[in-house]
Amino acid sequence: MPLMEGLRKVMVIGSGPIVIGQAAEFDYAGTQACRALKEENIEVVLVNSNPATIMTDAHIADRVYIEPLVPEVVASILRRERPDGIIATLGGQVGLNMAVALDRIGVLKETGIPLLGTSLEAIKRAEDREMFKMTMQDIGEPIPESTIVDNVDDALEFARRIGYPVIVRPAYTLGGTGGGTAYSDEELYDTVTRGLKMSIIKQVLIEQSVLGFKEIEFEVMRDANDNCITICSMENVDAMGIHTGDSIVVAPALTLNDEEYQMLRSAALKIISKLQIAGGCNIQFALNPFSKEYYVIEVNPRVSRSSALASKATGYPIARVTTKIAIGYNLDEIVNRITGKTSACFEPAIDYVVVKIPRWPFDKFGSGDRRLGTQMKATGEVMAIDRTFEAALLKGIRSLEQGVYGLHLPELVELDENELKHRLANADDERIFVIGEALRRGVPVDEIWELTRIDKFFLRKIRNIVAMADKIKAGEPDRELLYQAKRMGFADCELATMVGCSEKHIRALRKQWGITPTYKLVDTCAAEFEAETPYYYSCYESEDEARQTTQERKILVIGAGPIRIGQGVEFDYCSVHCVWALREAGIKAIIVNNNPETVSTDFDTSDRLYFEPLVFEDVMNIIEEEKPEGVIVQFGGQTAINLAQSLQEAGVKILGTSFDDIDRAENRDRFDELVEALAIPRPPGGSVTSIEAGLEVAARIGYPVLVRPSYVLGGRAMEIVYNENEMVEYMRGAVKVSREFPVLVDKYLQGKELEVDAVSDGQDVLIPGIMQHIERAGVHSGDSVAVYPAHQISETIKDKIIDYTVKLARALSVKGLINIQFVEYNGELYVLEVNPRSSRTVPYISKVTGIPMVKLATEIILGKTLREMGCHSGLYPSPGYYAIKVPVFSFAKLVQVDVILGPEMKSTGEVMGVDACFEKALYKGFTAAGIAIPDSGVIVATIADKDKEEAIPILRGFYDLGFKLVATSGTARALEKAGMKVQRVNKLHEGSPHIVDLIREDKVDFVVNTLTKGRGPYSDGFQIRRAAVELGIACLTSLDTTRVILEVIKDLKKGREFTPVALQEYLV
Amino acid sequence: MRKGYLVLENGAIFEGVLVGQETFTSGEVVFNTSMVGYEQVASDPSYAGQIVVMTYPLIGNYGVNLNSMESGGLSLRGLVVRELCPDPEHHDSQMKMEEFLNRYNLVALVGVDTRAITRVLRTRGTMGGVITESITRKDELVEMARLAVQPPPGGYVLQVTCREITSQGTGPRRVVLLDFGAKRSIATSLAQRGCEVITVPADTDAQRIMEFNPDGVVLSNGPGDPRDCPYAVETIGHLVGRVPIMGICLGHQLLALALGGVTYKLAFGHRGANQPVKDLQTGRIYVTSQNHGYAVEESSLPGSEAYVSFKNMNDGTVEGLKHRYLPLMSVQFHPEASPGPQDTRYLFDEFIAVMDKESGRACG
Repeated sequence: MPLMEGLRKVMVIGSGPIVIGQAAEFDYAGTQACRALKEENIEVVLVNSNPATIMTDAHIADRVYIEPLVPEVVASILRRERPDGIIATLGGQVGLNMAVALDRIGVLKETGIPLLGTSLEAIKRAEDREMFKMTMQDIGEPIPESTIVDNVDDALEFARRIGYPVIVRPAYTLGGTGGGTAYSDEELYDTVTRGLKMSIIKQVLIEQSVLGFKEIEFEVMRDANDNCITICSMENVDAMGIHTGDSIVVAPALTLNDEEYQMLRSAALKIISKLQIAGGCNIQFALNPFSKEYYVIEVNPRVSRSSALASKATGYPIARVTTKIAIGYNLDEIVNRITGKTSACFEPAIDYVVVKIPRWPFDKFGSGDRRLGTQMKATGEVMAIDRTFEAALLKGIRSLEQGVYGLHLPELVELDENELKHRLANADDERIFVIGEALRRGVPVDEIWELTRIDKFFLRKIRNIVAMADKIKAGEPDRELLYQAKRMGFADCELATMVGCSEKHIRALRKQWGITPTYKLVDTCAAEFEAETPYYYSCYESEDEARQTTQERKILVIGAGPIRIGQGVEFDYCSVHCVWALREAGIKAIIVNNNPETVSTDFDTSDRLYFEPLVFEDVMNIIEEEKPEGVIVQFGGQTAINLAQSLQEAGVKILGTSFDDIDRAENRDRFDELVEALAIPRPPGGSVTSIEAGLEVAARIGYPVLVRPSYVLGGRAMEIVYNENEMVEYMRGAVKVSREFPVLVDKYLQGKELEVDAVSDGQDVLIPGIMQHIERAGVHSGDSVAVYPAHQISETIKDKIIDYTVKLARALSVKGLINIQFVEYNGELYVLEVNPRSSRTVPYISKVTGIPMVKLATEIILGKTLREMGCHSGLYPSPGYYAIKVPVFSFAKLVQVDVILGPEMKSTGEVMGVDACFEKALYKGFTAAGIAIPDSGVIVATIADKDKEEAIPILRGFYDLGFKLVATSGTARALEKAGMKVQRVNKLHEGSPHIVDLIREDKVDFVVNTLTKGRGPYSDGFQIRRAAVELGIACLTSLDTTRVILEVIKDLKKGREFTPVALQEYLV
Repeated sequence: MRKGYLVLENGAIFEGVLVGQETFTSGEVVFNTSMVGYEQVASDPSYAGQIVVMTYPLIGNYGVNLNSMESGGLSLRGLVVRELCPDPEHHDSQMKMEEFLNRYNLVALVGVDTRAITRVLRTRGTMGGVITESITRKDELVEMARLAVQPPPGGYVLQVTCREITSQGTGPRRVVLLDFGAKRSIATSLAQRGCEVITVPADTDAQRIMEFNPDGVVLSNGPGDPRDCPYAVETIGHLVGRVPIMGICLGHQLLALALGGVTYKLAFGHRGANQPVKDLQTGRIYVTSQNHGYAVEESSLPGSEAYVSFKNMNDGTVEGLKHRYLPLMSVQFHPEASPGPQDTRYLFDEFIAVMDKESGRACG
């Protein structure tokens, strides 16, 4: 069937903020969807609360609603826009749940707007455990024995009958939230309680364990004519038991023979056909490694993280094709854009190996439980392509940017044999390295298999890498050995370490011997047809397909790599906009990146895409292949900035702000010189190389101080230290202090944090806006609620901000973007940090001001001035509305991570609330972030002594609004003294029922907890905070946040209604 | 480690490592894009006379189980792969790929940039080639490569067809399988569906076939140019109209020739497990397993009463034939799969239904 008749306007539902289990893949999917619709001249209405995405750009959709993804809001947008249909299958689980909710609240019926693509019935058949079970039984597809329970007792009874271990999966959650494997009654009790809380329909599935089975996935596609195809098979290197989002995954499946492959493929097609999915779908199987026994584990009736991976792994644009199917096309009516000739109705054949490796946040969360299980913990992932598994794996490892370039992790050498085996048996984020270490010590593959259940095929491949390393270490390699090592994926720097020479030496040797990489095309068809995709990966083969003799201008843009805490989708946003600006300027834009979830790695974003690690060697190879006139590093976050020095030293031209100026902003001593010369105040402090010196500096500037190591151990990085004891503890315990690794000690100014993003051509500086952070300095800017335009700022301070920004941008000769963080303290403005590059807030500010910051910056990099582009220096006038950015955390998924806000960033994503009224904008922001704002209810407060004075008036505000206050003894006393009625609750050591019990009973609406000493995992505060997070109760650790929530609630008394407004209306 | 080379008739040389006892082979060089099923590919008699380049770089991962073989031996001339797994892992595996190759005396060239070869073949069309351990006399090798595409007198089919008549399976229907180099899965697929399958040599004549009193005749796949089998075209000509016929791959081409159609050589053929074909009656698309270098010319059919039932989605070539009045059906692809997708196995059921109808066995 061709395009459905009467389809003029379609709503696309986005996936909201980035959280663990739902990352940038839905920006890629949503963006493809919007573009696929616009191609058909369909007006696109987009709703998504995440401002850091490409899809929420005003030119991607015709009407962009950056509004909370809650049913009532989406319903009112539906009533306002009256689209002809809704596409919900590209917005992840959020989108799917929204479709179900819109039906539940009756708005679909009321408006008569149909769901396009997969129907609601089909979604329910796949998502509702009982219906799914019946459907599978119907078509004779085996599923593990299971039962659905809505209470703990039934779960226990079932588990005792079928035996432990059992798997617990809450219905309708993402990334397996709240799930887990239970080995005993106690564990089952805990997991089920948590799972019930997490499931929106209050159901969990208890399932027979298939631990140790192979985990195989198929990406399948179906159209209304029942044409079914598989896009890609994928195999988890880790056996069943570890969430696929936390597994190393290969594509295609590597250990199945034809019989098994076809058995599962046929089953997948049978399932998608029976479920009547229209579009992309992901099906997971567990396959017994010793027989043909298999089970269907899960069906995702939508585009998923695996779809993004499958898309990038094969070149097949799953989201685009899913969209076309949703609007009526059949697969054979959709053109395969790769070949430009054939149709989308085919199965990709690939001629390489793809390896995906998850990127975990434990570098930030040292105290987090690093064990891997059914609960996903990774924030992002990298993908690598090569002609062998070994090479793709090694490329993937260096793409992680964790300072590791091979299988060797030095700290594992110290493990004794028992520890090593324990870690093999209990998977954690370092498992691949633990396996490497075990193989190095000669632990037999069979034994490692016993402990890990990782297929011996993979273990032997890993052993090949270890064996090659041994050969290289045996002496200076000859040409043949070096060639073999490079073919196996060894990095130059890893080889250098093993041989005992410099990376430069290896590179020179390689060139002398003619060992240089070749580039191959990702073309969906294993070279059977000529392809038009400019999508390349490197390998050491005989033919180079990327070689060309073009005289056109070319520029290389360095991407941002995997999504991690501190470096999210916003840098992909910037990279993509830079590429687009280059292309508009008539320059061939080449991008290098390794994140399969992103828009930047879509083959039609740039003129050429290189899917490669973002380390010097691989980037330099591309530069030598392409010979671009220069490289742009300022949009790819710290990843790209970190490459600037080595590239410059290799003679590569860094376009835009020079490396020397970047260094002047980043190097502590040089930065001090700079601000001193400009007479810009900064908090006093110094860098120290001993405990004594640290104490001395702190005493001189006065506590509290902000301490920051230049070398991080065990994840503890920046901290605020309040006294001498804490100082000693910090310096001794957490950091390595030495001449080589100084510790920075700065006066902690507990003031108002202000931030600007600006565009500079070196002379003129355009400041689109000033943001004010709700939380005072000391909370990482990425974790703060940011208000644009700054709502409490004097003209004097505003002028100073403009003045300092212009001075700094000029002094650093910034060509492009600059981000500056200030603190206002006792009426004085201090500069905290200068980043001469794009920042996290650039997409947000670009969107709400309508100033295309990245485009302007790119034009400047190409030589234009702001004036030539009609821009003026100074602060851009602020609009008549507030745009408030609210951070979103994934704490529920990270057991044992403290949720307290501090100088280290912890959030994984963000949302935005926009409204003419400040409180309404906040309300939208909090709602979008999933923080329920009740009119009345119960607040549990435990306030540190140092904060009591400040906290009392805030709590009184809640009290006066009718909130019931519950507090532990100290706080209760203070509240009572201030004349409030308080219900007392026991501290933990005072015995049950205590404060954590109260929270667990789910009778609390907010927890307000400020930090006391003793932040270990056994402190009361920690347990209170964790209990709140795990039960989805808002836990406020900053009084500033608490105060604005109070303001919002006061405002809500006037009414909760607000009108959703499209970005395009604001920007008029 | 012995170095080895693939030399193509256009003079292109690709370096690799030789595996197997032999050090020289020659044949028509073709590529196959299947990602699994290398042992079925290797044992498919349709590859007789060919050197097969596997585009998937990792071959041998799950070892070899001889029960998966599609014939009693390896008919291909050589194998070219990027990586031959030295230590496979699978509960069904009986030996590793290298042992398998040695068992059947096949030479393989390993460690080669197979994608580069594929690109040459895609651009220039299939070519002759030799695998050799020395390239000192290049001109001679190129000449040998050029000659390597010449079929033996009488064609490849007579080399790979069975020598004796055998029977397999039991059931209410009797099917004669005319073996032009049949894959075992064809007989198995029929036997599983309640057929007694009598496999006869390619040069069996129509009278002998009809003596079996079959409910249907299946024309198998096989190697080479269909025009090398005039005897079979004649036989089929005598069978048409007397018995339901199902043709597969070469069998399809031979049926077309018997109906007065014309076949031609494709530039580089279809070899892989991802070929989409469209059922022109229903509009449904199926992903199929294919292995052929020749095709039926669509324009040669009008005038006859045969019509095109399936078409290839990639290049529009004829993928299946049916007849307006007679119980004839043939497909260019492999409904028996092995290796490859099983989407079109239903065609065997269709053929059985046709046989049953013709013999009056069908009820209602």
